[in-house]
Order: sequence, then structure tokens, then C-alpha cells
Amino acid sequence: MKAPGLLLPLLVITVIASALGDVYSKHQSRKLFVALQDMEANRDEMNIEWGQLQLEQSTWATHGRVEELAREQLKMTLPLQDDVVIVRP
Amino acid sequence: MNAISHKVECVGRRRLVLGLFAAGFAALVWRAMDLQVFNQDFFQVQGDARHLRVVALAAHRGMILDRNGEPLAVSTPVDSVWANPQELATAREYWPALAKLLGLDPDQMRRQLEARSGREFVYLKRHVDPTIAAQVRALGAPGVALQREYRRYYPDGEVAAQVLGFTDVDDVGQEGLELAYEDWLRGEAGAKRVVKDGKHRIIENVESISAARPGRDLVLSIDRRIQYLAYRELKSAVQQHKARSGSVVVLDTATGEVLAMVNQPSYNPNNRARWHASTLRNRAVTDLFEPGSTLKPFTIAAALESGQYRPDTPVETTPGFYRVGVNMVRDVHNYGPLDVTGVIRKSSNVGSSKIALSLDKQLFWSVLNRLGFGSPTASGFPGEASGLLVNYRRWRPIEVATLSFGYGLSVTPLQLAQAYSVLAADGELRPVSFLKADKAPRAERVLSARTSREVRWMLEEAVGPEGTAPAARVAGYRVGGKTGTVRKSIAGGYADDRYLAVFSGVAPTSRPRLSVVVMINEPNNGHYYGGKVAAPVFSAVMAGALRFLNVAPDALPLDDMPDEAPAPLPGGVQRVALGGRQ
Repeated sequence: MKAPGLLLPLLVITVIASALGDVYSKHQSRKLFVALQDMEANRDEMNIEWGQLQLEQSTWATHGRVEELAREQLKMTLPLQDDVVIVRP
Repeated sequence: MNAISHKVECVGRRRLVLGLFAAGFAALVWRAMDLQVFNQDFFQVQGDARHLRVVALAAHRGMILDRNGEPLAVSTPVDSVWANPQELATAREYWPALAKLLGLDPDQMRRQLEARSGREFVYLKRHVDPTIAAQVRALGAPGVALQREYRRYYPDGEVAAQVLGFTDVDDVGQEGLELAYEDWLRGEAGAKRVVKDGKHRIIENVESISAARPGRDLVLSIDRRIQYLAYRELKSAVQQHKARSGSVVVLDTATGEVLAMVNQPSYNPNNRARWHASTLRNRAVTDLFEPGSTLKPFTIAAALESGQYRPDTPVETTPGFYRVGVNMVRDVHNYGPLDVTGVIRKSSNVGSSKIALSLDKQLFWSVLNRLGFGSPTASGFPGEASGLLVNYRRWRPIEVATLSFGYGLSVTPLQLAQAYSVLAADGELRPVSFLKADKAPRAERVLSARTSREVRWMLEEAVGPEGTAPAARVAGYRVGGKTGTVRKSIAGGYADDRYLAVFSGVAPTSRPRLSVVVMINEPNNGHYYGGKVAAPVFSAVMAGALRFLNVAPDALPLDDMPDEAPAPLPGGVQRVALGGRQ
């Protein structure tokens, strides 16, 4: 009749261990969730910046602006018909 | 005695104190039971309602890109300022500063807040600059908070305004492709559960309910370079000729993709303050017009399909007019005896009427019907007009005659470009698409390859020195096209002084890649002929687009090169003059 004497403390310990495990895993899951949130926020932030940079780039590279700069600042013109050389293979 | 009475007194007191303690304890236990057991559900719900909140995770709307991956529409985050009027009412000292910061009229803001004092949410200002948002946050007025929202920016502004459309203040598509592909572009807002404190600050993230799904990017068939070129040329032509409006459509004939579609007048989608309803319409798909002479190639195509005609079949157009019942069909001049090719070259109404009247009505109708006239294209553009093609059972002879030169039916510029792309694609019709196609879609045969080629050669004659539109030529390429100068229909007939100048064509004719339609509405500065007003726009757009797409020239005047060539160039390079257009 040794078994019942041991069983009870064993069960108590198991229950306490499982309770602690539960607390621990819940804590872990919250910590991970917070980390995930941070990373997602980070990702969104970077996406936003990327979008803004793209917008900025395409605003600077608007065809109208490029054309104006080429014509007026760089004095570029379309080659005349007689200046075109075609390479035939 | 004294000691005893003292002891008794002590016992009494102790009992009293113990009793009070016991009663207090019992009361506490009862209250605890009451809270924890009997009313637990109620308080749980109330507590959660105060602190556990589900907050939306804003999702980003997808970008719209051109075929080379350049952005045409991008959503960037902005902050909207909102307030809880009940809380803000307790801190009136912040109001003037807040109104000043947001650029609002202080009196109006006060009225707005007082009118909604019973609510818990009111927008103070939507879509503010990030710098202002930071200042609002720094101000720290109670009950004022920021909400992340998205605003759409269109880097190209007016150039592609009608095609792209626009979104409303909530970033939901309202017009154009923004509306047509709303489901694809729209992100799905996610949700998460959080614990908030009394000041609405998130103090703990509890769980994720659903992740936000950002919208997908949409890759269009539009080529931003061609779009800009077409827009610039159209705008300058509309201004030069003091026209009311205009449209240009550029189609890739191998795939049915729309490479460019521009309209005048236009608007800047980034500045909503100065919008006019008339500029929002994508005229190239919503506005109908009678195509006039630009329809003649299809009359001729039907004639060739019938087997009754060949390109060199003679057609007599003397004396320059032709009686059909009580009506008279007239040419501008008396062109005398022509052949079928000559009817296109000279754009003879008499010739095309005679040809059409000799054809089987059903065959003529079915050619036009299969070319897509009278039914909307496959573009899926919101508000697309289907045009009108009357059924052949109801045709009277005069209607057949006028139909042969493009009156009595209505088309959109996109439909006309689609029909010309059939001529370009050796008789195959491909569905028109605004989306970039990975591979050419399945084509449907509409005309025989031979007919298409023959009509193409005729179109080449029409832009030749003898034709109606030498101004449409492009140096180095063989181009085919047809002018149209259409009298506008008004109540009770046709106007004498209001015209549409149209040019429609394909290039390079030996192996066509592009189909371009230029339509200019009511040019009002002297010239109104399609060959004078629309053809130069066609030429400029076609020349630029062929260059952008690296299409090899097919009309190099190699044969008539002088024998004594200029100094030889290294590596087998030949110097070729691309002359031919003054």
C-alpha cells in the first residue's frame, strides 16, 4: 500500500507543473505576439517608405519634367532623319 | 469585583469585536461571491467592453503599375484626426490651438463639436500631412486621436486620369480601372484584440483575430511612355485647333492590349478641388460618334470577302454624285473612273455606296458585326458604350449607302481601334485588354488573311502622295490609315459647321504592331479635315511608339541609295537616310 502515499504528491506536483507550464506558454505566446506586432509594424513602415520613395522617384521622373530638362538644360534634340544610322545584321 | 467586572467587560468587548469582524468578513465573502459567482458574466462583459477592444488593422490598397512596372497609382498612408466630443468638451482651452493647427475655422469647429456632443466619434479633419499629425499628437488634447488611412496619389496626374479613375476618401475605387478592379486592388482590413487603458492607449496586444491582407498590385497594359507621348500630342493638337475634346487610343495588334488611351480635356486626379464632371469621362470608351470615312475600309473588306470584288475591280464614280431613291450621295470632287483601291485612296462616297448596294445585306452586316461594331469590347471598362449597328433586316437602300461611308452607326474610339487591329492582325480579332497579357489571347478569325492584307495595302495608298492624308506618314515605316471628316449629327440632321476629325491607322503595314485612332471633336480654327487635324497627331504618336517598342523600320529606301555612299562605317553598318517626309 505504498502507491497511494506516493501518488498524491506526484499528482500535486504534476498539476502544479502543468499550471506553471500553462502560465509560461501563455507568457511566451504573448511575448511572441508582441514581437510579431513589432515586426509587422516595422514591415508596414518599410512598405510605406518604399511606396513614398517610388512616388517620389516617379514624380521626379515624370516624362514632362525629363523632357523639359533635356530640352532646356541639356539642349538635347531628337536626331534628324539624316543623322540616323541603322545597323543591318 | 473590580477585576471580575473588568474581565466580563473584556469578554463582552472581545465578542463584540469578533462579531463585527465576522460580520465584516461575511459581508466581504458575500460580496465576493456576488461579484465572482452570481454576477460574473455581467461584470466580465462590462469589463471587457471597457478595456478589451477589437481594433482594425488598416490594409494597404494595391498599386497600379504600367507594363514596365512603373507606378501609376500608389496609396500612401496619411493620418485622419478624430475626436471624442464628450471628452474634448471638458478641455475647451485646447480648441483654438487645435483649430489653428488643422486649418479649420474655430467657430465652425465649435459648432460641429457642439452639434455632435452626444456622440463618441467625430472626424475633425481627414488626410492631414504627417508633420501636422505629429503636431496634433504633441498637443495632447484629451479625446483627440489619429487614425491611419490611405490616400491615393497619381504621379502622372492628368495624363492617365480617365483610364485609371480615382478613389474616394476611404480609398475605394469610384471610376475607371480603380472601380473595375476594385476587388483585386482592395486590401482586406484585419482585426486584433487589445487591452486599452482609460485614455485609449493600447497597453496590451491580446490576440490576432485576422491578419490584414494588403491589396494586390495591378499591372496594366498601358505603356507610360506612349501614354505621355499620346497625351502631349493630343493636347497640343486640341489647343492648336481650338477643339472641344479629343481622344487617342493605341492598341498592340498582336495581343489586343491597350498601350495608351488619352483624352482631352483632362483633370488632375491629385487635386480634387477643381473637377468638372465633363472631364472625368473616359471619352475613348464612353463617347460615341459616327466614324465617317474611317469605316470605308470595312465596307471594302466586306466587298472583298463577298468575292464580287478584287482590289482592281473598276468602280465608276462619275459624275461625283449618285442618286439613291430620293437622296443624293455626293463626293467632294468628281473622281471619275476609279478601282476599288482608288475608292479608299480618294475616299469616294459614291464608290463605296455603289459597292455596298451591290453586296448581300446580311454579309455586309455580319462583317461589321464580327468586327465588333454594335457590341462592347472585352475591356470591362466601367460605363463602356456599346455603340449602335442597326440590324440588316431594317436597312433601306439609303441606309446601306450611308453606312458604307460611316453614317448611321455609332462607335467608340476603342471599337474603331479594335476593328483596325483586325486588319493589322491578318483578320484575327483579339479581345481588348487593359491588363498586361503574358501571352497573346485566343484570337477569333473575322476576315480572311488575304482580305486584311489587301485592305492594308489600300490603306497605305490613302496616306500616299495621291491619298487624303500624306501628313500621317512616318519616316522609315510603311503606314496605312484612313481619314474621316465627319459632320456632327444634331437635332433634325447634320450640322454644316461642326465636324469631327478622325484618323485611324496601322503600322508598319508589312507586319503591323500598332493600331492607332485619333479623334478630335469640333476643331474650330480654320482646318477641320481629318487629314489636316488628326493625321499629324497619328504620325507623331505612331513614330514615337514604334521607336519606344523597338520596331524595325520596314521602309528603308535602300534601293535608291546613291552609289557613292558617304564614308564607310565600321562593322557592316550602313548609313541609311530616313528621308521622305518634309
